[in-house]
Parts: sequence; structure tokens; C-alpha cells
Amino acid sequence: MQNPPKLTWTTSGEAARLQATGAWTAVSASSIEVLAERARGDATGHLAIDLDIGGVEELDTYGAWLIERFTRSCRAGGIQAELTNVAERFRGLLETVSHTSAEAAPLGRKPNAFMAFLETIGRTFPRLGSDVTAFAEMLGALTAATIRVLLKPRRFRLTSAVHHLDRVAWQAMPIMLLISFLIGAIIAQQGIFHFRKFGADVYVVDLVGILVLREIGVLLIAIMAAGRSGSSYTAELGSMKMREEIDALRTMGLDPVEVLMVPRVLALVVALPILAFFGSLAALYGGGLIAWLYGGMSPDVYIARLQEAVSITHFKVGIIKAPFMALVIGVVACSEGLRVKGSAESLGLQTTTSVVKAIFLVIVLDGLFAVFFASIGM
Amino acid sequence: MNAYERPLAISVRDLVVGFGTQTVLDHLSLDVYRGEIVGLVGASGGGKSVLLRTIIGLLPRRSGAIGVLGEDVGEDIGHSPADESHAIGRRWGVLFQQGALFSSLTVLQNVQFPMREHLGLSQKLMDEVALAKLEMVGLRNTDAGKFPSELSGGMTKRVALARALSLDPEIVFLDEPTSGLDPIAASEFDTLIKTLQQTLGLTVFMVTHDLDSLHTVCNRVAALAAGRIVAVGPMADILASPHPWVQAYFRGARGVRRAQPQLDRG
Repeated sequence: MQNPPKLTWTTSGEAARLQATGAWTAVSASSIEVLAERARGDATGHLAIDLDIGGVEELDTYGAWLIERFTRSCRAGGIQAELTNVAERFRGLLETVSHTSAEAAPLGRKPNAFMAFLETIGRTFPRLGSDVTAFAEMLGALTAATIRVLLKPRRFRLTSAVHHLDRVAWQAMPIMLLISFLIGAIIAQQGIFHFRKFGADVYVVDLVGILVLREIGVLLIAIMAAGRSGSSYTAELGSMKMREEIDALRTMGLDPVEVLMVPRVLALVVALPILAFFGSLAALYGGGLIAWLYGGMSPDVYIARLQEAVSITHFKVGIIKAPFMALVIGVVACSEGLRVKGSAESLGLQTTTSVVKAIFLVIVLDGLFAVFFASIGM
Repeated sequence: MNAYERPLAISVRDLVVGFGTQTVLDHLSLDVYRGEIVGLVGASGGGKSVLLRTIIGLLPRRSGAIGVLGEDVGEDIGHSPADESHAIGRRWGVLFQQGALFSSLTVLQNVQFPMREHLGLSQKLMDEVALAKLEMVGLRNTDAGKFPSELSGGMTKRVALARALSLDPEIVFLDEPTSGLDPIAASEFDTLIKTLQQTLGLTVFMVTHDLDSLHTVCNRVAALAAGRIVAVGPMADILASPHPWVQAYFRGARGVRRAQPQLDRG
């Protein structure tokens, strides 16, 4: 077993002597540090010190560095410090350590917290600008690539597009249906509960029908697609960027936008209206079920009332928005994916940014559409 | 001093490792003595990395025993953070082929990471020792604040070596330390390993394809073919081995070119 490290003064007469014994290794480094600091404090006033390390049984870089640090600090304080009784097997290590400077590179001056805060705010605005540029660039690149593909349809990657369509539409269908169904049911339940006070429970059908077809149905699907598919696009493209796969494509004379992004975005643009359509059906079904079980409205009445309340316009207004929302999600997901840098942390950061930004833009877009449809009287 | 009288650092007995129906290592036995540098050679896909990863507990084995520094390496050391595996984890360092640096930490933080986890040291001491380690592997203190994605291949290997040496381990495992380095950087890295091994009294177990490394730094070489160690010993013994794979490996055009000056000198 290793003996604990010790540092004892064995001063005899004129010569100040320090004797180091035990194991000077990593495990006991923290206690050695304390010992060495104390010894350094006691050393002030002496002119010369002999550090006898003949009793040191084991020595590693930690011990060697602490010895080196002690002698350096003594010398800096004008005390002559010498190592004596150095065992042959430790000589090389002590030599190596004595050549290292172990000084940190000079850091830049730390700015004060308030200025740093202002700087962060200031830097947000140019970043906002560069976000807009990145979005526009990606949209432009996608459009250009799509036109190229349209001119030469043989360049279109059908297999890839079908594969992604399977992932973002078919595999997403169950969860999208379930969530839409639940939201439809919740809207109906709340509507019935509150409308009943006015004896207007029949209007819950209008509420569910118009809200689901015009707004909630498609918005909900778009938000879930951003979280489910947009995030996976960003993570895929980001890790491809990290492993230089995208650079490899480029060197082979292929356009990564055409190979990777066109099929992905196209799949999303096709998938979202389909998902929104079936999602809306599920929500209306959920609303009807609750109206029947909770509100006591028979399915016949519900359907008849729905036919009166809802026109094809409401459905059109909802479904027209879906491909545009898909485009926004796809463009954001791809451009964030390409911004991933080398580290795992940046992959996570960019994926988060992609989802947050896509959801934000989808809601903004929904607002713009609302204004637009209102002004054209739809 | 005769190498064979030293205490054992690693002993592998009758090791069988396989995946599915495939057997990669077939009753393999190998001894590594303390204070020596052993190079492991073998065909690509022949199980060199599998052997290394089994010894350090990352892969499960079917049968056999592995002892490292006199302790038996348990079956699932890589999977459970049990106390015992922690203790052995402090006594070895591993240099992965791609460096495996933590990409969200700076170079200095990467080297400090094992210290922070295993030793309760003051921040000042950790900084100083980590910087000293970085200097020992030939990096400048201006590199300490960089992130792994900003490093060249050679620098990544050096940082990974500094991290492997961070706790002053008794054994270091190197997985292809010189792969992907240019000949100058590779030979510098070889020298570095040799120097550090002498100063720190390390046992080094390295998987390599680099014939220069085998000739210049390794005390002994083990050749792995068909799931077994077919030849082990100093370079001269290996060159004299009659095994056909060993002959093909070292007597091929590249091997002969490298071995020639050595033989002439001998």
C-alpha cells in the first residue's frame, strides 16, 4: 500500500531542509498541494532550502509538477531552492516537467457584464438579418434546383422522394390522426360546456367545423410536422455536414440541394395537405363523438348541422395554407442543417433552432393568410 | 533486464469473441509485460480493434479471461459504472482512432475532464497540470482554448494522447495512433510515445499498421491472423517467423523496403 505523502522540516543549524516522503501521485495530489503551500509559507525568511526527495516512493506528473511549482515559487521569492537525493528513475520526469511553462495563454480582457449584455442584444440584429438571407438563399437554391429538375425530369430522385414521403406522411399518420382527434374532442367538449349556459349547444358544430377546417386542423399538423419531420431533416443534414458527406457530394459534381433537399422538401409539401385533410377529418370525428356522448347530440343532427355550418370555402382556406407551411418548414430545416458546425453541441442547437423557427414562421404565415383571406372575402 | 521477468501488465487467456455466427477471436492468448511497448498487427477487419476493445471492456466476450494490472476485467465493465471498473479506468488511458474528443469542450477541458471526474483537485492545479500535459505532447498553450473541430488531424491525436495520459495511467492503449498522419508527423508521434513511455514508465499496447512505428518504437510485436496470435516477439523474431500471413505482411514490397536498412545495420 502507498504511504501518504509527507513534507517535514528537518532543519539543522544553518541549512533549511525539507524532507519529502511517501507517494507523490495523482490520488493524493490535493493533499500534497496543501502541504506544499504550507511549506512555501514557512519557507519565507530562509535564504536557501534543500528539498530532499530521496524518501519519495512514487512520483508521477502531478507530484513532479507540485515539486516544480514549489521550487519555482521559492525562486520567485528570492529563496535558493535545490532538489537533493533525486532518484535516478525520477530524473527524466522532473526534467521534462521543469521544461514546461504550464502557463495559460493570455486571455482577452473580460468585458463587464452590462456591456456584454448590450453586445449580445446588438449582435442579435445582424444575426436576424443573416437568418433572413439564409432563408432567402435556401429558397432560391431550392427553386433553382426544382426548375432544373423540371427541365430534366430524369434528374429527379424518385426513390428518395418516395422514401421521404413514406417517413413524413405514412409513418406520421397515426400520431397526427390521434392528436387531431383529441383536439377536436376537446374543442367540442369546451364548446358544449360553455354554450350550454346560453342554450346554444347546437352552435358547437359551427365552432368545431369552422375552427378545425380553417385554422386548427392545418396549424396543428404543421406544428407537429415541424417537430417531427423538420427536426429530423436538420439532424440528418447536420450530421452529413459534420462528416463532410455534403462536401463529398459537391466534389462529385452533384448539387446537394438537388440531391438531398429537393426530395425532402417536396415530400413534405406533398405530405402536409394529405395529413391536414385526414387530420381535419379525425378532428371533426372527435368533435362529433363528444357531441354525441357528452352533449347528447345525435350523429344525424351533427352531420346535418355541419353541412349547414361549413362551406367548401372554409375547407379551401385551410388546405391552401398547408403546402406553403410545408415549404417554410422544409426550407428552415434544410438551411439550419447546413449551418451545423463540427461539434455535437451545435447539432443539437441547430435542431432546436430549426424547430422553434419553423413553428414561429408557420404561425406568422397563418396570420398573414388570415389577413389575406379576410381582405379577399373568403 | 530481461523483458520476460517483468510483472504482467495485461494477460489474455483463451479469449473467444464473436458476433452472431461469426467468431472473430478464437482462443487467443497474449501477455504484455510492464514497461514495454507492444505493437499488434493484423489484417484489416481481422480483429485487432476487437481485441483492443475487448481488453478495455467495451465488447462482451464469449469465454476466456482477461487480466489487466493484476485485476480481472469483468464481463460488463464498459456497461456498468461499478466501483471496480472506475478504479481500473483510472489506471489506464485509451487513445481512440478518431481521437474521440468531446466536441463541446475545449482542448484544455478535454484534458481536465478525467481529473475533474476522478480527483478532487483545485482548479489552479488542474489548469497547470493539464497545460503541462499539453506541452509534453507538443502543443502550445495558445491551442488550449480551441475546440476539437478547429484542430488538425495531428493535433487531435496529440490532444487525445494528452487526455489518455491525464491521470498518469500505468497502461495506455493506442488504436492506430499514427493513421491519417503524414510521415513526418507520424514519426514525431512515434518519438513522442517513446519519450513519454520512458519518462512516465508506461506500458503501451498499440494497434498499428505503421511499419515504421513497429520498427522504431515497439519492444515486441504480436501478429494476429485467423483469430489467433500467430507470432509474438521482438521485430527480428517476427521477421523470421515462417507463418505465411506474417511473411506476406512483412515480406511484401513495403515491408522489405522498411526492413532492409535495419537488417543491413544488424
